[in-house]
Amino acid sequence: MRMLDRKLLRDLRHIWVQCFAISLVLGCGIMVLILSSGTQRSLEATRTAYYEHNRFADVFASLTRAPRSLLPEIARIDGVARTEGRVVFTAMIDLEHKPEPASALVISLPPGGEPVLNVPLVRQGRMPRPDHLDEVAVSEAFAEANGLRPGDRFQAVLNGQMRPLAIAGVVISPEYIYTVGSGAMEPDDENFGILWMNERAAASAMDLSGAFNDLTLTLAHGADERAVIAEVDRILAPYGGTGAYGRDRQPSNVFIEGELKQLGTMAAVLPPIFLVVSSVLVNMVLGRLVALDRGQIGLFKALGYRNRSIALHYSKMTVAIGIAGVLLGWAVGWWLGHGLTEIYTRYFRFPSLFYRPGTAPIAISGVLGMTAAVLGGLRAVRAATRLAPAVAMSPAAPPVYRRGLLDRLGGLLGLRQTTMMILRSLVRWPGRAAVTLFGVGGSVAVLVASFFTFDAVDLIIEELFERANLQDATITLAGPVNASAELDARALPGVLSAEGLYAAPVRLVNGTRSRLVSVQARSPDARLSRLLDAEGGTVRIGETGLALTEGLAEALAVRPGETLRVDLLSAPRGSWEMPVSAVIRQSLGQGAYMNRDAFFRLIGQAPQVNMIHLAIDRNDLGALQARVQETPAIARFTLWSDIRRQFEDTLDESLVTMTVIFAALGMLITIGVVYNAARIQLAERAYELASLRVLGFRRREVSYVLVAEQMLLTLVAVPVGWLVGYGFCTLMADGFSTEVVTIPVVVTRRTYAVAALIVILTALASTLVVGRRLDRIDIVSALKQKE
Amino acid sequence: MSASHTDHSAVLRTEQVTKIYRSGEVAVHALRGVDFTLRPHEVVALLGASGSGKSTLLNILGGLDRPTSGHVHFRDEDLTGLDDDDLTEFRRAHVGFVFQFYNLVPSLTARENVALVTEVADDPMRPEEALEQVGLSARLDHFPSELSGGEQQRVSIARAIAKRPEILLCDEPTGALDSKTGIAVLEALIEVNRNLGTATALITHNVEIRRIADRVVYMADGRITHEERNAARVAPAEVSW
Ligand SMILES: Nc1ncnc2c1ncn2[C@@H]1O[C@H](COP(=O)(O)OP(=O)(O)OP(=O)(O)O)[C@@H](O)[C@H]1O
Ligand SMILES: [Mg+2]
Repeated sequence: MRMLDRKLLRDLRHIWVQCFAISLVLGCGIMVLILSSGTQRSLEATRTAYYEHNRFADVFASLTRAPRSLLPEIARIDGVARTEGRVVFTAMIDLEHKPEPASALVISLPPGGEPVLNVPLVRQGRMPRPDHLDEVAVSEAFAEANGLRPGDRFQAVLNGQMRPLAIAGVVISPEYIYTVGSGAMEPDDENFGILWMNERAAASAMDLSGAFNDLTLTLAHGADERAVIAEVDRILAPYGGTGAYGRDRQPSNVFIEGELKQLGTMAAVLPPIFLVVSSVLVNMVLGRLVALDRGQIGLFKALGYRNRSIALHYSKMTVAIGIAGVLLGWAVGWWLGHGLTEIYTRYFRFPSLFYRPGTAPIAISGVLGMTAAVLGGLRAVRAATRLAPAVAMSPAAPPVYRRGLLDRLGGLLGLRQTTMMILRSLVRWPGRAAVTLFGVGGSVAVLVASFFTFDAVDLIIEELFERANLQDATITLAGPVNASAELDARALPGVLSAEGLYAAPVRLVNGTRSRLVSVQARSPDARLSRLLDAEGGTVRIGETGLALTEGLAEALAVRPGETLRVDLLSAPRGSWEMPVSAVIRQSLGQGAYMNRDAFFRLIGQAPQVNMIHLAIDRNDLGALQARVQETPAIARFTLWSDIRRQFEDTLDESLVTMTVIFAALGMLITIGVVYNAARIQLAERAYELASLRVLGFRRREVSYVLVAEQMLLTLVAVPVGWLVGYGFCTLMADGFSTEVVTIPVVVTRRTYAVAALIVILTALASTLVVGRRLDRIDIVSALKQKE
Repeated sequence: MSASHTDHSAVLRTEQVTKIYRSGEVAVHALRGVDFTLRPHEVVALLGASGSGKSTLLNILGGLDRPTSGHVHFRDEDLTGLDDDDLTEFRRAHVGFVFQFYNLVPSLTARENVALVTEVADDPMRPEEALEQVGLSARLDHFPSELSGGEQQRVSIARAIAKRPEILLCDEPTGALDSKTGIAVLEALIEVNRNLGTATALITHNVEIRRIADRVVYMADGRITHEERNAARVAPAEVSW
């Protein structure tokens, strides 16, 4: 082995902990990159394969009723590949073990058995036989949550009629990877599921024989989706079409896109921090090594070693750090990515686990990691090659300290000499102080950004359940009824108050932008469900105009005062120009709100309701549920406490895991930075510190010099980290927000405090570990060896 | 001294070399026009008060530093015009250094410190051979911290001679050593000079040591004041201080 390499290995053995700490920080960046983008790519590939294999449709539309003879006309639209007309409706399901009814979306299967599009994948049992009208297939999530298996029987209320059904099979479907019932926020697998039923049975239950009320289709290669949708809308308009939409509005697909986007945000926001910090650390440690090796570098040059060999020698160290970090990041990232992909695969119930992080993230992260390490070392390497041999071999001049403001200040404040040593060192090596500031600040920032998710979720929950939705339960009616139903609802057992509202599908159009949403016609005096403004205050819906949720207003690029075209997609259909009267704050879901009287005056009908919010006395809940079950007009009964529990459960698990991981990553930065800074500090001042011991200073007084400097820097770094952290929160909120989910940027004092506390304690522990080395220093030898 | 201008048998030759160090407003004239010649096979001792410019001259001779003005010739080649890389090649091929403070690499053993040079040289000795020449065969695998000062200095001589250099430049090689150890080190140097014919320049503060040289050059205040030739070299063992 070359002698220089031998020297390198022996040097590495001396400072391997320092180098390893850097590799860890670097590895974290690589790991997050591989983990998030590897998982993202794997899930994307899995989803794509699933969609393709099970022929997920491209365009979806629902309508009131159209004859099957209309389907060939739709199939002839330019760009349409295959079409399928189905009967789809909501049913109540009565399961023996449950007091309250569940609800299900029923989807018809064509007479031949196998659907053309959105083909369910059988997981247990088989699909219903075409001639067995009472057989159904149930979605796996629902089956699992309720312990249902092929062969089980249950009662369902189809269009007001009780029907016994038998489970033929348990299936999954690309159309319902993520199933959320209308009005729910999160999947509630126990209370909402999907049923596949033979068309004959479904159609006869709904009086839709020879007709369909749901259309899905796939596009030919290169077809213009917008044109197809426009044409479908034109054809379906007379049949009560509520507006066709593409995959970009299909709820299950939108949700998955959102999850994938979040993984992308993680890959974009976090790794750069780690790469930059490790780069800076390499600079610090290698710079120190070169300074230490000054004489040796001069010697190498005197001996005739070329600059290139010397540069290479020191670069090898950075390369070693880089390789260790990259390999570590790859391995852990790969492993965690596999785990995460597995979790997602189970969560989404994808048909198969398909872990392919792909070569691109691996290659990119490898290149980025090595670049960060090598770039970090560049300054030090250049310093090594620039050293003139004659100068290098004469002992380094003692550092130049200058008298200045500091000294006068110190004198004025009566600071101890040891404190002055700290302050002078900070002023003398501002670059090193800056590195520590930067690293520790970054650490605080990462922690603030990870704890911020709790703050955001808390706020969302508070707004959702304690300010916007004060109702205890919501009844969804099977169809619109006269507004007097509100009074009937009030008469139900245990109901304290009731507020009816009317939800209707609309298309909102502003120039080329348009969105399909539901508009809620509501009473301005609604007390149970409220609209909130940006400050969280209650908004009274005005006499005129439309109030839009933030995300929707943004998507349509409208502001209060500007006008929109509103296409009503349910009877009596029609288009109106309408001003936007207010933008309201709603973190989850998007929607438009209108004054009830104004709405019905506009469409020229008597006020109706199809949803009723209730305040109830929980003591009478049992009686209420029993009554609801007997009332055919009620399609669905939702308890808000269930929604909240479901919401919190889902969030808790993933949020806590994520936060723990990020907090650990954040702490690692502090460890990497502070440990290295203290080690360098110790090495450089060993002589000075040993002299203090010779002069009779106690161990603790000497440690103070070392520890206090790092802690002083840490304390200064905390507010810097708070600021940067707030910036990260804004980025994260932006990255995690979608059109239908708006993450608020709120950071509580608790978050700032906890982040600061964790970093301060971590920094303290890291310097104390180095401080322990001070105890082991042999005073005499430290004094002898000038370096 | 003008004779040295035309002396083409010289290995190293300087012409009116000056060196001015500038630090801030003060300019230190370390060399003020030095004409110096080093011939093959000879041992030259450089004497002079502290600060007289000996080390500066030696550094310039060895291509570690450049003169502010004047010329340095290695045989017929003018070193003054060479860039850093060419100076590196010059040192690598022709010069061996011995420093007052040994300048060993602490993380390499004695053998490895010598190998540091042999692996970049053209026709080197084996490190063991070089170490044997300085009487250190028994200390091959010791780290510098495990060697005495004299032993360390002998390692550094072994390192300097291992590539069989034509020129050996020694800056106070015995400065940090007691007389007995110093003599051992000088013997190693003379031995090498005798065996390899290496032209050797040796800085010393010790007037006794001048007797082991062929020629003694006296410096003061950046200039060569005079030189004298010894009729016969005295063996180091006969010198004492
Ligand atoms: N890098 C430098 N910057 C400024 N002045 C320098 C530098 N190196 C040497 N000098 C000055 O140049 C003069 C000659 O120095 P040099 O080291 O050559 O002396 P020397 O004869 O070797 O002395 P000594 O016997 O003490 O080693 C001295 O006055 C010294 O202060
Ligand atoms: Mg000197």
